[in-house]
Amino acid sequence: MLALLSSLPIGAPALPLDEAGKYVAGAYVVFLVLLVVYVAIMAAKVQRIERELRELAGFAEARSEEKAEHEAEVAEVGGG
Amino acid sequence: MYGKGLRTLSIATVATLALALSLTFFYAPLDADQGFIQKIFYLHVPLAIVALLGFVAGGVFAVLHLRGGDSRWDAYSYVSIHMSVIFGVAVLVTGSIWAKASWGHWWVWDEPTLVSFLIVFLMYATYYPFRYAIEDRERQARYASVFAVTAGAFVPLNFIAVRMAESLVHPRTFATANGGLPGEMMLTFLVSLAAMGLLWTTLVKFELTAKSASGQLKRLRRALDAPAPGGASRVAPEVS
Repeated sequence: MLALLSSLPIGAPALPLDEAGKYVAGAYVVFLVLLVVYVAIMAAKVQRIERELRELAGFAEARSEEKAEHEAEVAEVGGG
Repeated sequence: MYGKGLRTLSIATVATLALALSLTFFYAPLDADQGFIQKIFYLHVPLAIVALLGFVAGGVFAVLHLRGGDSRWDAYSYVSIHMSVIFGVAVLVTGSIWAKASWGHWWVWDEPTLVSFLIVFLMYATYYPFRYAIEDRERQARYASVFAVTAGAFVPLNFIAVRMAESLVHPRTFATANGGLPGEMMLTFLVSLAAMGLLWTTLVKFELTAKSASGQLKRLRRALDAPAPGGASRVAPEVS
């Protein structure tokens, strides 16, 4: 059991978060922040595309309904 | 089309990044000279290599665009350069942090490696104003491709010049035949490099997919003759 624990990351010694540790943490945090900011920007773009697509679908549906109404009116006039 | 395989690629990227971080902090031994600070090496150097290769890839895609005139290659070139500029920001920041911890200065102007990377980065930073100063889309793509080819050719030349120059403080890790790294460090470095390469590829694919969706949406809007939404003008190249 102890051998297994020592092979796991949780069994590893604590990270030396002294002066050097702060710089190392800083570098990795900067990388992570850049990545998160990029993903957030891309998520906003994808949301915008989704919203525009919804608007466009609504527009296409409304136009199709209008067309159907118009055709029904024409048929009514033609039949009468 | 661009989104094909994106899920698999994303999973592979996250898994490789997790493995790289685990190896960095729990497997790779502490450097005898720098100690714990050297852990930045596994982030900073792969980022720099991938960023520089991304600039070269941008040049290769630009050549394909100039040869065939296919706007998809222009989009590939643009996104490759865009992603490498973002990686370049990370390289400069992580490098500065490492420099401060190791040498006591955020930046050393006498060091060829640092200054040459800054020159490459600033050169690519001019890509955006250069590109968007041209309104006509075809001319814009053509001129941007010429820029990408020229700058892409400059990157390896610059790298060779830096390797030939005398280094003052920046280490030459891979200057020896075996890379100058013990086995555990080399393995960790290679996994980190693979992780960064995968991350770059995933983000490029992600960005291309978003651009393609945006382009298709505009085509659909034009076909339906629908009104354009407010503030939706995009300057980046579209792919369909």
